Amino acid sequence: MTRNHPSTRPEHRKPAGATAMRLVVPLQGVVQGRGGLILGSLIPCALFYFLQFYLKRHRSPGPSSSDPPSPSTSSSNLAELPRTLSRSSLSSTRGSFGPARVSSRANSVAKPTDSLYYIGLDKVKQDPYHRTDNPEGIIQLGLAENNLCLDLFEKWVSENLTDSIMGTNGGDLSISSIAMYQPFDGMLELKVAMAGFMSQVMGQRASFDPSQIILTAGATPAIEILSFCVADHGNAFLVPTPYYPGFDRDVPLRTGVELIPVHCRSSDNFIFSISALDQAFNQARKRGVKVRGILISNPANPVGNILPRETIYDLLDFAREKNIHIISDEIYAGSTYGSEEFISMAEILDSEDFDKSRVHIVYGLSKDLCLPGFRVGVIYSYNESVLAAAKKLTRFASISALTQRLLIPMLSDTKFTQEYIETNRKRIKKMYDSFVAGLKQLGIKCANSSSGLYCWADMSDLIPSYSEKGELELWDQLLNIAKINVTPGSACHCIEPGWFRCCFTTLAQEDIPVVIERIRRVAETSTASG
Amino acid sequence: MKLLSTKATCNSHGQDSSYFLGWQEYEKNPYDEKKNPKGIIQMGLAENQLCFDLLESWLNKNPDAAGFKRDGQSIFRELALFQDYHGLPAFKKALVEFMSEIRGNKVTFDPNKIVLTAGATSANETLMFCLAEPGDAFLLPTPYYPGFDRDLKWRTGVEIVPIHCTSSNDFQITETALEKAYKQAQKQNLRVKGVLVTNPSNPLGTTMSRNELNLLVDFITAKNIHLISDEIYSGTVFNSPGFISIMEILKERNCSEDTEVWNRVHIVYSLSKDLGLPGFRVGALYSNDDMVVAAATKMSSFGLVSSQTQYLLSAMLSDKKFTKNYISENQKRLKQRQKKLVSGLEKAGISCLKSNAGLFCWVDMRHLLSSNTFEAEIELWKKIVYDVKLNISPGSSCHCTEPGWFRVCFANMSEETLKLSMQRLKAFVDTTINVHNQSNHQSVKNSRRKSLSKWVFRLSFDDREPCGER
Repeated sequence: MTRNHPSTRPEHRKPAGATAMRLVVPLQGVVQGRGGLILGSLIPCALFYFLQFYLKRHRSPGPSSSDPPSPSTSSSNLAELPRTLSRSSLSSTRGSFGPARVSSRANSVAKPTDSLYYIGLDKVKQDPYHRTDNPEGIIQLGLAENNLCLDLFEKWVSENLTDSIMGTNGGDLSISSIAMYQPFDGMLELKVAMAGFMSQVMGQRASFDPSQIILTAGATPAIEILSFCVADHGNAFLVPTPYYPGFDRDVPLRTGVELIPVHCRSSDNFIFSISALDQAFNQARKRGVKVRGILISNPANPVGNILPRETIYDLLDFAREKNIHIISDEIYAGSTYGSEEFISMAEILDSEDFDKSRVHIVYGLSKDLCLPGFRVGVIYSYNESVLAAAKKLTRFASISALTQRLLIPMLSDTKFTQEYIETNRKRIKKMYDSFVAGLKQLGIKCANSSSGLYCWADMSDLIPSYSEKGELELWDQLLNIAKINVTPGSACHCIEPGWFRCCFTTLAQEDIPVVIERIRRVAETSTASG
Repeated sequence: MKLLSTKATCNSHGQDSSYFLGWQEYEKNPYDEKKNPKGIIQMGLAENQLCFDLLESWLNKNPDAAGFKRDGQSIFRELALFQDYHGLPAFKKALVEFMSEIRGNKVTFDPNKIVLTAGATSANETLMFCLAEPGDAFLLPTPYYPGFDRDLKWRTGVEIVPIHCTSSNDFQITETALEKAYKQAQKQNLRVKGVLVTNPSNPLGTTMSRNELNLLVDFITAKNIHLISDEIYSGTVFNSPGFISIMEILKERNCSEDTEVWNRVHIVYSLSKDLGLPGFRVGALYSNDDMVVAAATKMSSFGLVSSQTQYLLSAMLSDKKFTKNYISENQKRLKQRQKKLVSGLEKAGISCLKSNAGLFCWVDMRHLLSSNTFEAEIELWKKIVYDVKLNISPGSSCHCTEPGWFRVCFANMSEETLKLSMQRLKAFVDTTINVHNQSNHQSVKNSRRKSLSKWVFRLSFDDREPCGER
């Protein structure tokens, strides 16, 4: 469960200003009528002060910045929490040796999450759907996992997993050769095989040099390591919304790098505009925060669309102008099913003359190859210094040599990988088509997407009020009445309420009508009462 | 110019210390029995290569474990999808039982309190992130594993303040040394969050005495701080007085769940040394503090253990017949090998600290120094690396306060290679004594080496390098 958790925002935070105003205005009118202007101002002010005081004590410490508490600019509590807490604890306790306690980082991450993602997942765990054994259970649509092609692996393993590969025959590839210390950034043979695989996944439209590859135990540490390399504590990355909720924990937690959301709209199919990036960059600068890079997912999660060529050009120009980095998480590059072809940063940099040294690509085998358990991630960079630093940091997150030993022949078997990539695409498309058609029957449209293991569904017609609160109410109904777990857009910082990410690659074809039927239950009730 | 972060560009990770330079030289000219018999023999790598045959024979008898099968049925699907940071329950259970077995079953561990990480390196760093803020400090007895300078400090911003130990009492920790280190930290305006010890010790190869352990518990109780016991070599204890785990001490002192100090003791473990599987990247941290376990579990996302590896090892470690035999056989072979090294050194007129654990010996070459200085130590070290062609680790890289000590590993090579290394060393010592009077020749070499050694000396000492982080 390392790539699918939304931010830990307090779900029930009251908009303090609104509540207070509802008290103050009528009160002012009442008092003015009797006691004059002074009393009319003083008493509401006092009440307002006490209300603020009360709320402050009961709200968890949040950012001291003056961002208005609107639903989607609410950057995760988690992102800002460690910084303010650690600063305050540094200043107040340095030199004083009070009782030993855990660090502020531990404090913030250890407390029980109020993240909707985990609440949903836990609920599914308690009552998981099973076609025959538990047909009334909760159906999981919140986990971006691809279960569609594991049979292909099982076949490969049964045919190819020989003793020689696993090192049990004492030959050249004996246990000693994988038992001992390996280069922390991965075996050379695996880098070579991975470079070839990545190129294959991207239809041979991009080429990858094994010497620019750093292997990590999953894409999660890959992103953290890159963040440590290109930014300092207190710096920031711009991140177009909606974005993968896991970024909120994975990036800021130990690096102290802030994520600044840059809002995108459905009218643009949620593709960012340079002017929005520019505005966010300048706003950050005004409050003294240095932006060091832009973090994008391409293909996008949760929307599932692909960046057009022109947008990538504009992004590269923008990055050069501002002298910042681009981290492009391309982990879904092989999970495309539409007619649009995926364009990797690597493809652009191969062919066009852009400054390469600021671009870093993240990849992994958790999505395209459905092997999240094996922990295989990639950092691909054109910057020698970043590669050198990242290489040293892989000591904290290396891939198990046992797993590398398995993957080298697997990824080098280009016949297998080609068949896999094509079959995978076909199966994802089939599921996508059925699922989206089913939603259409209910009048639910999805965003224009051509990749990923999910669709981005617009259920704004079904939400009781066009607000984050309305969205969460619908989410709750879907979970508890329809008994399906989906990811609400607010968890992804989406600025427009009513969008939900529905993952369909953990389902079987037969499950889709069941899901649609269940959503219908809620949809009909909502439209009837709404 | 795209600026990198200060962490990426600063040098406080100690990557340039002599410990790593020796490795680099070895990489350029590695010894091979057939292909490069005059190459540098690696004696600076604490790896256990003595029991691969036992592992291989187990794998041969249990093909399901490495073949993604359970009872003949394929579980590839299940493993491929398993990425729960709580870890494979069967593996955690087998691991804690293994840890218990190593401790003679005098203590037991709760699988719910263990957090799996990609190696002990990751476990140590994670504990720092969980227990300390940037700018806090941990006290470490010297000499200590050079990698700590990087693992504990680099990304965490935590400082290390040394607890100086000397040969006068076989480098044991004393109350005076502890207090002195604590005061030193205060003088540097650092808040001490805890003490970290390696038991059995790297590089000393000794187990901590009951006295030292009790001293530590007293100290952390008085100062209200944490204790991390890195017990990564616990399975390599081959001689008396035997291994005493910190948990045993707490039990003896009735420091159980309802005492505060119980929550402040944390253990780090790994299968890299005891089981000789560093390539598998299997580490763990164990804590009685729920919050530490909860936080570390989530942080382990940044370095999880491959499910394939967890499954294979859960099968292996659940085989109690295998583990019992492995533990005793491993200790036997380590004992024999250490004896060979010690006697080889004796023949060359070199003594070492009496050790009963680990994959190395702490060797006393003070009498071979031209002067009682670290410059002389580095001078000697360079001779041993470049002329004698043995890569050993100089004490200065381990922050030892006395020049002339070296860590020499014995478990990462064949017996023949060890024999050869001792022959080379003896030849060197004999020649050194004979040419001791050729001062002219020596001084020319010395001046060249001095300029290089000053740089190496400064870096290997690694006091707080100003990196603008705090």
